[in-house]
Amino acid sequence: MNPVNYLYLSALLFTIGASGVLIRRNAIVLFMCVELMLNASNLALVTFSRMHGNLDGQIIAFFTMVVAAAEVVVGLAIIVSIFRTRHSASVDDSNLMKL
Amino acid sequence: MNSLIPLLVAAPLAGAVLLLLGGRAFDRLGHWLATALAALSFGFGLALFSDMLGRDAEDRTLTQHLFSWIPVNGFQADISFQLDQLSMTFVLLITGVGTLIHLYSVGYMAHDERRRRFFAYLNLFLAAMLLLVVADNYLLLYFGWEGVGLASYLLIGFWQHKPSAATAAKKAFIVNRVGDMGLSIAIMLMFVEFGSFAFEPVFGAAGSASEGKLTAIGLMLLLAACGKSAQVPLQSWLGDAMEGPTPVSALIHAATMVTAGVYLITRSGAIFNLAPDAQTAVVVVGAVTLLFGAIVGCAKDDIKKALAGSTMSQIGFMILAAGLGPIGYAFAIMHLVTHGFFKAGLFLGAGSVMHGMNDEVNMRHYGGLRKYMPVTFVTFGLGYLAIIGFPGLSGFFSKDKIIEAAFAKGGTEGWILGLCTLVGAAVTAFYMTRVMILTFFGEKRWQPDAEGHDPHPHESPKTMTVPMIVLAFGSVFAGGLFAFHESFLTWLEPVTGHEEGNSPLTPLVVTLLTTACMLAGVALSYLMYGRSAVPVVPPYGSPLTRAARRDLLQDDFNHAVLVRPGSALAAALVYFDSRGLDGFVNGLAATIGGVSSRLRRIQNGYVRTYALSMFGGTLVLVATTLLMRSV
Repeated sequence: MNPVNYLYLSALLFTIGASGVLIRRNAIVLFMCVELMLNASNLALVTFSRMHGNLDGQIIAFFTMVVAAAEVVVGLAIIVSIFRTRHSASVDDSNLMKL
Repeated sequence: MNSLIPLLVAAPLAGAVLLLLGGRAFDRLGHWLATALAALSFGFGLALFSDMLGRDAEDRTLTQHLFSWIPVNGFQADISFQLDQLSMTFVLLITGVGTLIHLYSVGYMAHDERRRRFFAYLNLFLAAMLLLVVADNYLLLYFGWEGVGLASYLLIGFWQHKPSAATAAKKAFIVNRVGDMGLSIAIMLMFVEFGSFAFEPVFGAAGSASEGKLTAIGLMLLLAACGKSAQVPLQSWLGDAMEGPTPVSALIHAATMVTAGVYLITRSGAIFNLAPDAQTAVVVVGAVTLLFGAIVGCAKDDIKKALAGSTMSQIGFMILAAGLGPIGYAFAIMHLVTHGFFKAGLFLGAGSVMHGMNDEVNMRHYGGLRKYMPVTFVTFGLGYLAIIGFPGLSGFFSKDKIIEAAFAKGGTEGWILGLCTLVGAAVTAFYMTRVMILTFFGEKRWQPDAEGHDPHPHESPKTMTVPMIVLAFGSVFAGGLFAFHESFLTWLEPVTGHEEGNSPLTPLVVTLLTTACMLAGVALSYLMYGRSAVPVVPPYGSPLTRAARRDLLQDDFNHAVLVRPGSALAAALVYFDSRGLDGFVNGLAATIGGVSSRLRRIQNGYVRTYALSMFGGTLVLVATTLLMRSV
């Protein structure tokens, strides 16, 4: 199968994720959209690795997974604590830092 | 023996430090400690003097290197001392007269609650002045020079609760700064020209420098001397300096401070000898000041200010003599020493009179005091006879020599200078006789003081009269001793050199002329003040008298020529600063502030906005990269 198709899929997933981040307000959904973007880029990396015939892309994909896992841990903790204090997971409500 | 030289300075300095830092512990006996340390310094001076006398005339210069102060490649500033005959003369005068003034102050300041501080400042004054005269380079001399300025500021303004004293102190300091600037420029010029500012290399190399540069250095040194020695045009501080306690006036006028200028010029003789134009300037300054001071002295009713005028005039004599070159250096210093004796005696006498008269200074409120203060009368009287140059007393020998030297300058110049000094001598006799008559003779014109107490004149305590008696002895005998076999000249000649000059008149004629002028001055004064009662309220007087009462309009002149343009310049600069510079800076700040508060709206606090800008940014970056690749 032509590897370029995987790239199309990756671009599609990334676009869906990006649109989600821009449009949705719920923090959890936002979070899932970020994950979608990360995985889209992982897919692209692995595809490139396959196309170029070396392992560089796959190694970076692993790094991305580790970072994403760490990010989920911290991010979820923040979201939970915000929900506990404000009873809302809407990111638009967390705007106290602006002047 | 050499190691004693730093101790000369260290003793009074230690006194100043102990008394200032020791606090109340020294309140009770601090003044005696200060006096003892001044006396100790005098003792060191005497020891060094006797040692010096035991050597050959050529071998009398002692040097002592203490440590390197600022050692930088080509710039070597050392704390090292040089004691030769000239410095020795000053050391003995400073410490000797200084000790007597300390002793006098014990009595004079007995009831002042800040006595400890006063004595600390006196010691500081001595230390600074000693450092000035024993330094072996101009930079260390400058250090002492500034120390003298500081100490004089502290002492003139000692009664700082009086606004007039505080102002006088500031005035003295600021006017002195002008002179100090001259000294610092002279030192810089020396360093540029000779690569050093130590006496020996500078004087050694002076012969190879161009006359123009030496003249510039000489003129700057003259400016410095004018500041410290209160010579025209920087003379205005001296009269106001009388705001300080009387012992301070005695110290400033006799032993320290005003003598520094004469020392500087005599010390720099090697430079002045090669710069005739600078010497001419020195002589002119001296001649103008000796007449200026004498005229001011004639009109003042304040006893201390009359004496201040006389100091100015006498220092004018010395500066004039120093400007004559090798003809006059030794006589300048000789007059300086005899003047140290009789002027200290006169000031201490004036202080004693004030002490007995409820601090009254107006001579028109004195009169007939000779019966009430016999010791003061006799000592003041001897000082008076000495200063007018009565034959046989100190002033006679030294002043006569200066007048001879002025004539010996030769040519028209010599005649002009000689006549100036003769007139100066006559006027000196006139105003000093006036002081004498107004204070000690005639009727009592005593006035009750501000609180309504009538004065009860009385003789001062022993601590005050003993120094006056000692100084009176000096006023009587010092001159004769110095003139005996020309011992003073022989003593100083290895340092200052000496030339006879070519006088158109024989010494005998000059002496007779001087004595005649002096007698004429005394007689005129007697006719004006001795024969009729002196009015308590000063008469209106001629325009010259009125000008002289205002110090010949020196302050008005300074105000019109220096202060007013200065204030105008400052006002213009303030205007430029507040409108021009501040306007620009404030405008810039306001613009940036306005733009920022508009830009702030972009930050709306919604995550998606930030995310969009991130995406937009990434898009732009990627697009640019692609575009650049394809080109």
